[in-house]
Amino acid sequence: MNELIEDSILIKVRDVHFSRGSKLIFDGVDMDIQRGKVTAIMGPSGTGKTTLLKIIGGQLRPSQGSVEVDGSNIHAIRHKELYQLRKKMGMLFQSGALLTDITVFDNVAFPLREHTNLPESMIRSLVLMKLQAVGLRGAFNLMPSELSGGMARRVALARAISLDPMMIMYDEPFTGQDPISMGVLVQLIRLLNDALSLTSIVVSHDVRETCAIADFVYLVSDGKVVGSGTPEELAESDSEWAQQFLLGMPDGPVPFHYSAKPYVQDLIEH
Amino acid sequence: MLNYFQRLGASTLSVLERLGRASIFFANILLSIPSVLIRPRLLFSQMYSVGVLSFSLIVISGLFVGMVLALQGFYTLSDFGAEGMLGVMVAASLVRELGPVVAALLFAGRAGSALTAEIGLMKATEQLSGMEMMAVDPVARIVAPRFLAGLISMPILATIFSAVGIMGGYFIGVGLLGIDEGGYWSQMQAKIDFNIDIINGLIKSVVFGWVVTWIAVFEGHDAIPTSDGVSRATTRTVVHSAFAILALDFILTALMFGDI
Ligand SMILES: Nc1ncnc2c1ncn2[C@@H]1O[C@H](COP(=O)(O)OP(=O)(O)OP(=O)(O)O)[C@@H](O)[C@H]1O
Ligand SMILES: [Mg+2]
Repeated sequence: MNELIEDSILIKVRDVHFSRGSKLIFDGVDMDIQRGKVTAIMGPSGTGKTTLLKIIGGQLRPSQGSVEVDGSNIHAIRHKELYQLRKKMGMLFQSGALLTDITVFDNVAFPLREHTNLPESMIRSLVLMKLQAVGLRGAFNLMPSELSGGMARRVALARAISLDPMMIMYDEPFTGQDPISMGVLVQLIRLLNDALSLTSIVVSHDVRETCAIADFVYLVSDGKVVGSGTPEELAESDSEWAQQFLLGMPDGPVPFHYSAKPYVQDLIEH
Repeated sequence: MLNYFQRLGASTLSVLERLGRASIFFANILLSIPSVLIRPRLLFSQMYSVGVLSFSLIVISGLFVGMVLALQGFYTLSDFGAEGMLGVMVAASLVRELGPVVAALLFAGRAGSALTAEIGLMKATEQLSGMEMMAVDPVARIVAPRFLAGLISMPILATIFSAVGIMGGYFIGVGLLGIDEGGYWSQMQAKIDFNIDIINGLIKSVVFGWVVTWIAVFEGHDAIPTSDGVSRATTRTVVHSAFAILALDFILTALMFGDI
C-alpha cells in the first residue's frame, strides 16, 4: 500500500485503542480508507464495528491513537470545525435513527433545512430525488412509526445523502432487507459511490453482498485488524481468520461465544 | 463501620459528580440560547407542548385549591368574626405560596416527566446521535428550546393558577357562604402588596420553572439509553423536582418573608 500517494487516503486510523469500562474493545487498530472507494469493515457481532464508526465520526474518543479525516485530526479539532466536517460525513445508523415526530419527507429535508437557506420548492425537489433514489418516493407522507425496519433504513440512507456528503458510513445497511431491496441497495451503494464520487465505508455481516461491491476489505476481530485486502486477495489468502469469516464456519480463531468462564463450571456452581 | 463510611463517601462523590455534569450541561444550554432566539418557531412549538398542554390541569387544580382554601379559611376566620378577611387570606396564600409551589409540582408531573421521557427516548433510539452526525447540535436544537419554553411557561402557569384560585375562593366565599362581595375584593386590594406578595411570588415561580426544567432536560439527556433507563430517569425527574421545589421554597420564603 506504500506506493499510493498520501492524499488518496481520506481517513487514517492510527493505533486506536478504546475500552468500555474494563472491556478492551480496540487494541491498536490501523486502517486507511481510500478516497472514492468502497471499503468494507467486517467482523463478528460485538467486535466494535459500530463503535469504530462512532470513533471516526468523532462521537467517541479513543483512549490512545488518532483518527484523521480529510486532513484533520477529528478528536483534536474544535467543536465548530468538527460540526463543519460532519456536514460532509453521512452516516447511516444501524437503527435508522429517524426523527420519530416528523414525516419521512421532513426527515430527509431535515439536514437541508438546518444547514441551507434553500427555498422550500428546491428542498421539495431535492427530497423527492433522494427518496426516488431509494425507491420510497411514494412513502414521503408516512410517519417513521409506519415504516418497516428495512424501509426506515432506506429513508435514513436518503437522509444521509441529502447534503451530498463526501463520504458515507453505512452501519449494517443490509439487515432487514428482502432479497430484492437488498440487491437494489447493494447496487445503490456502488452507484452512489461512483456517480457522486463518494467514499463509502460499509460495515456488514453479509459477506457475499459486501464483497461484491467492496474495493477493499478489513476484517476486525478481538480488537485488532486480522486481515485486509481486496475481496479476491482475502478469498485466496490462507489466513484462518479470513477463511472462517468469509465461509461462515462456526469453529476457528473467532469464538462464537462472548468471553465467559467455562460452561461446565458455570452450570455446576449453584 | 469503615464500610459504611466508604459507601457514604462513594455516594457523596457520585452525587457531586452528577451535579457537576448537570452544571456543565446547564452552561451548554445557556450557550445555545442565542441560537434558539434567532429561530423562535422552535420555541413556540415547545411552549405549546410544555405550557399550553398543562393549561387545563393548572386551571382545574387552581380552581379546587382556591375553593378548599375558602372553605377552610371561612371556618377559622369566622371564629374570630373576621370573615371579611377571607379574600386576603385566599389571595395571600395563593400568590405567595400555593400558586408557585402547587403549580410547579403539577408542572413537574405533567411537563417535566414528559420532557425527560421524550429526550430520553430520543437518546435511546439514537435520534440524538443521528442529529450529531448530521452536524446538528442536539443541545441547541432539542434541549435549549424546551428549557426556555419551561422557563417562560412556569411563571405564566403559576399566575393563572393563583388567578383561578382566587376566583374559586370567590365562588365559595361570596356565592356559597354569603360573605360580602365588595369586602372580598377591596380587602384583597388593600392588603396584597405588589412588591412583597406578587413580585416575590413571581420570583418563586421563575426559580421553580428553572429548576424543574433543568432537572427534566438533564435527566432525559443523561438517561441510560434503554426503556428501563428512561423510566427511571422519568421517575427521578418527578421526585427530584418535588424535593427541589419544596427545599427552594423554604429558602426563598425565609429570604423574602423571614423578617416581615
Ligand atoms: N454503551 C455501551 N456501554 C458499554 N458497552 C458497550 C456499549 N455499546 C457497546 N458496548 C460493547 O462494545 C462492544 C462493541 O459494540 P458494537 O456495537 O460496536 O459492536 P458491533 O461490532 O457493531 O456489533 P454488531 O455487529 O452486533 O452490530 C460490545 O461488546 C458491547 O458489549
Ligand atoms: Mg453494530
